[in-house]
Amino acid sequence: MPLLVFLGKRLIVMIPTFLGITLISFFVMHLAPGEPMAIQADFNPKMTPEMRERLRAQYGLDRPLPVQYVHWLKGLLTLDLGTSFSADRRPVWDKIRERLPVTLLVNFLSIALILAVSIPLGVASAVRAGGLFDRVSTVLVFVFYAAPAFWVALLLMLLFGVHLGLLPISGLHSIMGYDRMTTLEKVLDWGRHLILPVLVSALGGLAGLSRYMRSSMLEVLRQDFITTARAKGLPERMVVYRHALRNALLPLITILGLSLPGLIGGSVIFESLFAIPGIGQLMWTSVMARDYPVLMGNLVIVAILTLLGNLLADVGYALADPRIRTGGGR
Amino acid sequence: MKVIIVLFLTLAIMEQTVSGRAGTPDYGGYIVTGSIGDASTLIPMLSTDATSHEIAGLIFSGLVKYDKDLNLVGDLAESWGVSPDGLTITFHLRKGVRWADGVEFTSEDVLFGFRTITDPKTPTAYAGDYLVVEKAEAPDPYTFRVTYKEPFAPGLSSWGNLVVLPRHLLEGQDITKSPLGRRPVGLGPFRLSEWKTQERIELEANGTYFEGRPYLDRFIMRIIPDTATMFLELKSGGLDWMGLSPIQFDRQTDTPFFRNNFRKYKYLSFSYTYLGYNLRNPLFSDRRVRQAIAHAIDKEEIVRGVLLGYGVVATGPYKPDAWFYNPAVPSFPYDPERAKALLAQAGWRDTDGDGILDKDGRPFSFSVLTNQGNPLRERTAQIIQYRLGKIGIDMKIRTLEWTAFINDFIDTRRFDAVLLGWTLGQDPDIYDIWHSSKTGPKELNFIGYANPEVDRLLIEGRRTFDREKRRKIYFRIQEILAEDQPYTFLYVPMALPVIHKRFQGIEPAPAGISHNLIRWWVPRSKQRTLAP
Repeated sequence: MPLLVFLGKRLIVMIPTFLGITLISFFVMHLAPGEPMAIQADFNPKMTPEMRERLRAQYGLDRPLPVQYVHWLKGLLTLDLGTSFSADRRPVWDKIRERLPVTLLVNFLSIALILAVSIPLGVASAVRAGGLFDRVSTVLVFVFYAAPAFWVALLLMLLFGVHLGLLPISGLHSIMGYDRMTTLEKVLDWGRHLILPVLVSALGGLAGLSRYMRSSMLEVLRQDFITTARAKGLPERMVVYRHALRNALLPLITILGLSLPGLIGGSVIFESLFAIPGIGQLMWTSVMARDYPVLMGNLVIVAILTLLGNLLADVGYALADPRIRTGGGR
Repeated sequence: MKVIIVLFLTLAIMEQTVSGRAGTPDYGGYIVTGSIGDASTLIPMLSTDATSHEIAGLIFSGLVKYDKDLNLVGDLAESWGVSPDGLTITFHLRKGVRWADGVEFTSEDVLFGFRTITDPKTPTAYAGDYLVVEKAEAPDPYTFRVTYKEPFAPGLSSWGNLVVLPRHLLEGQDITKSPLGRRPVGLGPFRLSEWKTQERIELEANGTYFEGRPYLDRFIMRIIPDTATMFLELKSGGLDWMGLSPIQFDRQTDTPFFRNNFRKYKYLSFSYTYLGYNLRNPLFSDRRVRQAIAHAIDKEEIVRGVLLGYGVVATGPYKPDAWFYNPAVPSFPYDPERAKALLAQAGWRDTDGDGILDKDGRPFSFSVLTNQGNPLRERTAQIIQYRLGKIGIDMKIRTLEWTAFINDFIDTRRFDAVLLGWTLGQDPDIYDIWHSSKTGPKELNFIGYANPEVDRLLIEGRRTFDREKRRKIYFRIQEILAEDQPYTFLYVPMALPVIHKRFQGIEPAPAGISHNLIRWWVPRSKQRTLAP
């Protein structure tokens, strides 16, 4: 019951935060020079001034900014994100929705890979802190972190795609012949196409999480109860994996919560490189075209996920750590 | 052993005869090309991006089109006639042409297209050419007639695919909400079979196309935003056709692999790059100063250094293989001494010995603006900067994001000079860029050029249908522009496409290579079934 009260309170506090985010985003967005219709009409000799004014009116850009914001907000209350300003004039939600599955898939796989590699890596480094393995792995993950993703991607494409001919270079699945594949072949085909993008997007994320895991683990290993466990004569494996690791994983909940918005936020760079039709590219083209409704639609989703992620992290923490749970009733 | 050799020889001969036998092309196969951006909508009058128009151009047809030598010929119109006073154009349409859904195409479709494009509610950027039409009529299903308020020669070419719409599917609907933008029903050589946003657009041959079914079964355009990836895809077999940059064309494809598998083509692209001066700025109001800068820039050097030789020096606003191009205009060859002399005549001398020319205590210093993300333009600006520095002019370079550039500098006229390019049409009409009435906000004569003779000729050129008379008019305009140097015309770059060798029937022409795409074919033995 206290948890429900806590949740309710947090949710109510979120509403003004959310509105604040949209308000600031809306006005900052309009600070960028240029107008959406300007993109359609710049340097086009056939564009008449009357048509330009008419388009402004159609998009509602002739009204004062606060009026435009209120209009947008009204739409949001009825779950209507509006229509895109680009020539296709499709509903914003349609445009975002068709990109979501791919972005979710790639990011999910990438986060899973990061977790699968960096947790063992962090633990191993912490256990042998200062040793050769620790130093080599530190250097390696930082090299991955520091190397520009586009460069690593191109090198891998050149090696696996052109020289060895093992993996496809870009896209999500084969173009011709895909229809005739069996389900298993289709899954394998997708897999082959996804190896490089997932690998590249995960490489850069290893450093952060594995270092985080390492320091968290080191901290726990210094604690009295670990000494106690060792003094009891427990085998080292047991001490590390049963006693230390479980405690060291706690801070990870926060990180996972905060990575929730990252699931739908795509990276323009690697999406462009691998020709993946994800959210990142949609955002990028929308910024360049000053497609305000699509930008706002995206921001709303990211804002909601960020707030939700924070909330989930708090709740997760409370569930996992009895000290925090009871501390609430102090 | 002998048998093998003989077999090998026969195979080699067969191979030769197959490729040499141009008369009997095979049907089937597909071509994969790449584009850095996705299409927006496939209703031609609503889109402004190149990809949309490229795809829509394969799905729709117009009344007229340009052939491979850039002559205007009939497409859906079998013939047309212009009345002696130049006011009325009558098109006689092909009979029996059908939309993809089987309904017959008639003059009502064109009339509907015309009404839609001139409808104030239609958000189109192309209404301009049609607003000067006084009336349009469809007296019978195969005749379409337009009457202009005054003779308008460029109007003829405006009856392309922008205004041919399936009336039976669009009448009474809001065109911006029509599903036809995503799933078009056309009557051109191809039909849309699948469009996956930002991934690929797949077209299939239209079996009932009025000029005959294309040989290729499919045309696939993959959206690959990064040109480096595109090039790797080309190398690994994922693409058959892409446009290359000069460095890729010259160096990176000069390998046995490319020689064995690809053919490279080059032709002058429909664009030119120029240095434009803000003529309201006192620095550039003196014609001698502009001529001096023209003499100070070594344009050959820019073509060599920036385009690696894949382009030609521009002398005016047209490309050299157009029928209205005047080859005999003053050309301002590289001559720094002449440039200094002209500047001295205009009163610019280095009186304080700091290496920079000055006049009335003001040094000759200005900024050139160009848009971000175009390395060719940035390099061109650097070469110009170096050359102008040599004759004592201090030039700064600023690169700006496109929208900010247009909005904050071009529209407000807050610039000294710009380095930009224009895309060329196939008609010589350049009224919108050079007429003195087009200097208003958002209009294209943003440098503020005004020359009464050019104004008069531009209007005359629009009112004249006779090709010889038009040629004379535009020859004179080019002479005046060269003399006045409101822009220093720099270069016309080449388009550098590369296409896989298995495609036969490609005919390079002034119009480029894609003009006969429907006649490209792949020998059956080389047709592929799987694309990565």
